[in-house]
Amino acid sequence: MRSLQERFEKSKRYKASEEELLAFYEKMLLIRRFEEKAGQLYGLGLIGGFCHLYIGQEAVAVGLQSALEEGKDSVITGYRDHGHMLAYGIDPKVIMAELTGRAAGISRGKGGSMHMFSTEHAFYGGHGIVGAQVPLGAGLAFAHQYNEDGGLCMAYFGDGAANQGQVYETFNMAALWNLPIVFIVENNQYAMGTSVKRSSAETEFYRRGTAFRIPGMDVNGMDVLEVHQAARVAVEHVRGGNGPVLMELNTYRYRGHSMSDPAKYRTREEVQGVREKSDPIEMAKAELIKAGIDEDKLKEIDKDIRAVVAEAADFAENSPELEPHELYTDVLVENY
Amino acid sequence: MAIELKMPALSPTMEEGTLAKWLVKEGDEVSAGDVLAEIETDKATMEFESIDEGVVGKILVAEGSENVQVGTVIAILAGEGEDVSDASPVASPEPAAGEEATAPAESAPAAAEKPTAKERPADPEIPAGTNMATLTVREALRDAMAEEMRLDERVFVMGEEVAEYQGAYKVTQGLLEEFGPKRVIDTPITEYGFAGIGTGAAMGGLRPIVEFMTFNFAMQAIDHIINSAAKTNYMSGGQMRCPVVFRGPNGAASRVAAQHSQNYASWYAHVPGLVVIAPYDSSDAKGLLKAAIRSEDPVIFLENELIYGNSFEVAQLDDHVLPIGKARIMREGADVTIVSYSIGVKFALEAAEELAGEGIDAEVIDLRTLRPLDTATVLESLAKTNRLVVAEEGWPTCSIASEIIALCMEEGFDHLDAPVLRVCNEDVPLPYAANLEKMALIDAPRIVAAAKKVCYKD
Repeated sequence: MRSLQERFEKSKRYKASEEELLAFYEKMLLIRRFEEKAGQLYGLGLIGGFCHLYIGQEAVAVGLQSALEEGKDSVITGYRDHGHMLAYGIDPKVIMAELTGRAAGISRGKGGSMHMFSTEHAFYGGHGIVGAQVPLGAGLAFAHQYNEDGGLCMAYFGDGAANQGQVYETFNMAALWNLPIVFIVENNQYAMGTSVKRSSAETEFYRRGTAFRIPGMDVNGMDVLEVHQAARVAVEHVRGGNGPVLMELNTYRYRGHSMSDPAKYRTREEVQGVREKSDPIEMAKAELIKAGIDEDKLKEIDKDIRAVVAEAADFAENSPELEPHELYTDVLVENY
Repeated sequence: MAIELKMPALSPTMEEGTLAKWLVKEGDEVSAGDVLAEIETDKATMEFESIDEGVVGKILVAEGSENVQVGTVIAILAGEGEDVSDASPVASPEPAAGEEATAPAESAPAAAEKPTAKERPADPEIPAGTNMATLTVREALRDAMAEEMRLDERVFVMGEEVAEYQGAYKVTQGLLEEFGPKRVIDTPITEYGFAGIGTGAAMGGLRPIVEFMTFNFAMQAIDHIINSAAKTNYMSGGQMRCPVVFRGPNGAASRVAAQHSQNYASWYAHVPGLVVIAPYDSSDAKGLLKAAIRSEDPVIFLENELIYGNSFEVAQLDDHVLPIGKARIMREGADVTIVSYSIGVKFALEAAEELAGEGIDAEVIDLRTLRPLDTATVLESLAKTNRLVVAEEGWPTCSIASEIIALCMEEGFDHLDAPVLRVCNEDVPLPYAANLEKMALIDAPRIVAAAKKVCYKD
């Protein structure tokens, strides 16, 4: 049960080339800027409903998904899904247009923030029911195994979802059937407003696979290089036909649970402390500077990303709403 | 004292069986626990044990006898020194005393000169002159799955006891042998989990058939059926399909009480994004299950345990596929329309024969698909008969019957010569007690009474 953790601890941080680290940095920054913009558009009333931002957790999706083979491996997550899509290289324009509920959105405006999919990128959502993505992800893993396509599924869920019964039903079958799946607990410390210690008898989530003989890994989710290294260990294990792995990624969300959450359940100092000491983007930036990268280049990157995000927002704001007849399309695939 | 050994009921729904083999002969001494005979039900071969000690005095039903009614005396166990060699076989058990007295008044024996059954209109999808074979509903369902599994590698079956046990109700009998454990998968008892895995596998491009041992247990999994399977195509703007079939027995079985006896038809038929099918006979069971497996949409396929063992004709075609969303006129008539589905069709057809004896010519419609509903067939029939009764083995409130009544009000009002009536189960959890259970469930006499009422002939 500890073998993967031991292997990972021998060399905890991925030795990224400058180019690789720069790519991680750019992806994380894109997510941060995209989410900040989404927050602004929400404030302007252009985005409605529930909108859960990924700010603070960027290193998780970027570090993990960069260890996958895009298009071959599948990814599934819950409702806090913008970051996972951007990490998989999906066009920010169609994501933002989905948030504004426009016809050009990735779900043609019918899904919104919580329900986005890209079968082209093997990104299977975007699910609004807490924990449901876990057995669905095992179903995707089942399909990889059945089709013998060499792919695996990465199924993300939060520390809140980790207390759903269906997660453990899935652990049992995934281990029993040796499914190619990496379970990811994104432990951002709060299930909505309930802290881990107030909701969970076992707060070390990576241990929760032990009863099903699923090896666990305990990972600092604020360090993209550590996340990536851990992902490589896990992916190698799963791809080798050894069955599922459970990874706990310890991270932190800076914003409220959703846009309407004033976050009264934690102090400003707590949030500020994490931001100052362990921000994933600042950490990567410092590392790049240490490696000798020109600071002007970083400024240039930041400028470019702001432009991409501004363009996405502009597209999302100005692209047309859905035709009224679209209300009735896509209910069923076939006509009976 | 001699003990009568009676044909045992080896399942809640068994009414008769085959005495396959005697393992003892007359004169043998037996003690409690000894296996006396092997008895075949429609699901399995079971061992019949002695519960007393004694000598096998007389065997009254020879091995190989088929259709031996439950309760028939099959042998006599003699006590010490007794001679029972002149005991004679009993044809079938007498009905329990008092049963008639508690039955509703309408269930009086039908008129002596019972009219001969009207010939059923041929199913328009089946070419004239096609050879027909007689199959049980159970066999028809199995054949449908096996044929589709042969045609499409992506099709697989998963559920509790579907593989090694051969199906809790033997619907998947023989599939493991033909297709192996990769495609016929026993799951743990974990409905929420495996319904989610099946749904995810469909999203990943496979064609899962998820068997629920009964739909009662699908309550544990209903979130995945509705939130994951039914809504994904819409929520993804048509990008992500979910071609999964959830199937299993639905509705009341026999003496299994409230938690195991419920009709979920209206629950699922309520949900946009699902297709809901509830066949009655073997032909529709096969033809519509094949269509369900081929559909790109998530399908709820509601079977009925009590008709698994009933035999009907099925067209011997290479590919017997029937259209989803089409009702079937089971019996043509001019005076009143009886709309039903699943086991209700059986009672509706019985009622129609009885009504014919009283000069009322009833048309019987089997809805077959409950979502999307074939409203045109119902409304055309209403326009012809001007009177309509819905017969549904399920609760009345917010039921399929309610929906049909709303349809008649909204779109058939000008054709109505009488209010539409519904004949449903009583609005109570299903009781265990035999007499109360009988009172709670629909039957032909109640449909007859409703039909007469809408014809103003009661």
